[in-house]
Amino acid sequence: MREARLADLESSVAEKLAVVKRERATHAGARLFGDRVFNITTFLLALLILVLLLGLAIALIYDSLPAIKQFGFSFVISREWDPVSDEYGALPFIYGTFVSSMLALLIAVPLSLGVALCLSEMAPDWLSMRLGFLVDLLAAIPSVVYGLWAIFVMGPWLRDHVEPLLQFGLGWTPFFTGPKIAVGMLSAAVILAIMIIPYISSVCTDVFRVVPHFQREAALALGATKWETVKTAVIPYGFTGVIGAVILGLGRALGETIAVAMIIGNSSEISLSLFHPSATLASVIANEFAEATSDLHVAALVELGFVLLVLGIVLNVVARALVLGVSARRFEGGD
Amino acid sequence: MAAGVIGIGRETSYRYRKFKSDFMMTVTVGATILTLIPLFLVLGYLLTKGFSSVNWAFFTHMPAPVGEPGGGMANAIVGTLEVVGIAILIGVPIGVGAGLYLASHRADTFANTVRFCADVMMGVPSIVVGIFAYAVVVRPMGGFSTLAGSVALAAIMIPLVTRTTEEMVVLVPPELREASLALGVPQWKTTLAIVARTALAGIATGVILAVARVAGETAPLLFTSFGNRFWSTSLFHPINTLTVQVYTYAISPFADWQRQAWAGALVLTALVLALELGVRWVTGGSAKAAK
Repeated sequence: MREARLADLESSVAEKLAVVKRERATHAGARLFGDRVFNITTFLLALLILVLLLGLAIALIYDSLPAIKQFGFSFVISREWDPVSDEYGALPFIYGTFVSSMLALLIAVPLSLGVALCLSEMAPDWLSMRLGFLVDLLAAIPSVVYGLWAIFVMGPWLRDHVEPLLQFGLGWTPFFTGPKIAVGMLSAAVILAIMIIPYISSVCTDVFRVVPHFQREAALALGATKWETVKTAVIPYGFTGVIGAVILGLGRALGETIAVAMIIGNSSEISLSLFHPSATLASVIANEFAEATSDLHVAALVELGFVLLVLGIVLNVVARALVLGVSARRFEGGD
Repeated sequence: MAAGVIGIGRETSYRYRKFKSDFMMTVTVGATILTLIPLFLVLGYLLTKGFSSVNWAFFTHMPAPVGEPGGGMANAIVGTLEVVGIAILIGVPIGVGAGLYLASHRADTFANTVRFCADVMMGVPSIVVGIFAYAVVVRPMGGFSTLAGSVALAAIMIPLVTRTTEEMVVLVPPELREASLALGVPQWKTTLAIVARTALAGIATGVILAVARVAGETAPLLFTSFGNRFWSTSLFHPINTLTVQVYTYAISPFADWQRQAWAGALVLTALVLALELGVRWVTGGSAKAAK
């Protein structure tokens, strides 16, 4: 009797367990299915980024093939850019991009270092935060607005007040000759400098902020003044980061388009004079792409774009590696 | 080394060194002030030159033909909202999804490759992205269109959104995820409803900063959404945008158009700064992502 009840109980428990097990199995199945869908979806979205970058490179190479076939290597060393006779050489724009970016760095780097040191070493925290915020705002203003301001305010001001001074002092060099006009290489370099300062200075500020405090204290304990501390302890420690920031700024300057297209004057002549109008890789694409007359013209412009793409990627990768190197060192320093 | 540079030589008296230090440190303050002058000048000119041209007609009227005074940028304002809006629809799901993937696969090779690609994409000049959109959208579809402009802007947004999403999600304490998993919540639900939900404010911040960034873009729109003097909201036709309209007016020789350019620039800057400042204000100034 009792055994029968026990057997009964056992079988009913077994039955219930089986039901629970089955339910669990289907739940787990549904759960696994949901997880799988989610994982595959996010995987595909991540893959899309890879595809996007590859697609970008392939589209640019493919579309510039006619120009590559037609001109080959002479494309980058020829100074002839003439859509009317379908002759294309990129040298004027490579020159313009190089000179305008270098000049911009020449102005922007010392100022950015000054800003970064002021924010990280001088200003108290509350002020540093607010000043940093204002400097960051410089990066928020749209490029076209800088271009507008450059055309109507900065360019004429440079022409009336700065260019005469430069010509008076340095007119004997080939760089400051010719008529003084509002648009040209110098104006483009100044507006570029204003636009890249926030990028360089914000990275430099971050780099200086991760310099361990004992580094400064050691210099101070040896009797260094504030400036000597900066010079011997802070800047050398963050040096690779600073170089990275400068390269990042260079990348920005190379690719900056609209503001430059508005103020550089758009001339495909190469002139040593900084007062002379010029053009950059990006500015000539902006100016001519929508109205390109022939297939070869489009292909030549796309090839310029490809040069920009390669420059942009290389500079960005190098800069990132350098900046990351500095912030990684913080952990070794044990601060 | 330090002793050599710091030098306790004859002519480097303490007074001289102190003076030099103070001088150099003052120079850094000067550099900061010099850097901020253009900011105030640009904003000042925008306000003084732009305000006189911003009126009700600016928001409700179409661009006037050459020589005819008045007119507005109604179509450009709507166009900017449309192009950016569609870019958000395309870019944000992709960016957030990819960011979630990267956050849950911190160390595998594929994730590292994608992360690297996203970082590299941030360094691609925006005009190059415009050429890409021209190649994959404008040419196959046979003409400039709103959609092409949105694709270009989305391509710029995606890496920014991806990286901020990842950074924000990684900050979520692992205990939250573990607690949810221990309660038997499926992984996908945990990721979406617990982890992403917790990081939502950060992700939204990243998205808004990315939107502010692309709303001010001109270069990738020049030969994708192109510009249009007439009213159009069609996805498959050229559309006017504030940035392109300001660019066209700024380089035009007509005083009336130039005045309108200032007005457009003021509205555009106000829009972009409102997004940036709004985000910083809400997050208490901690938003420095998406750079």
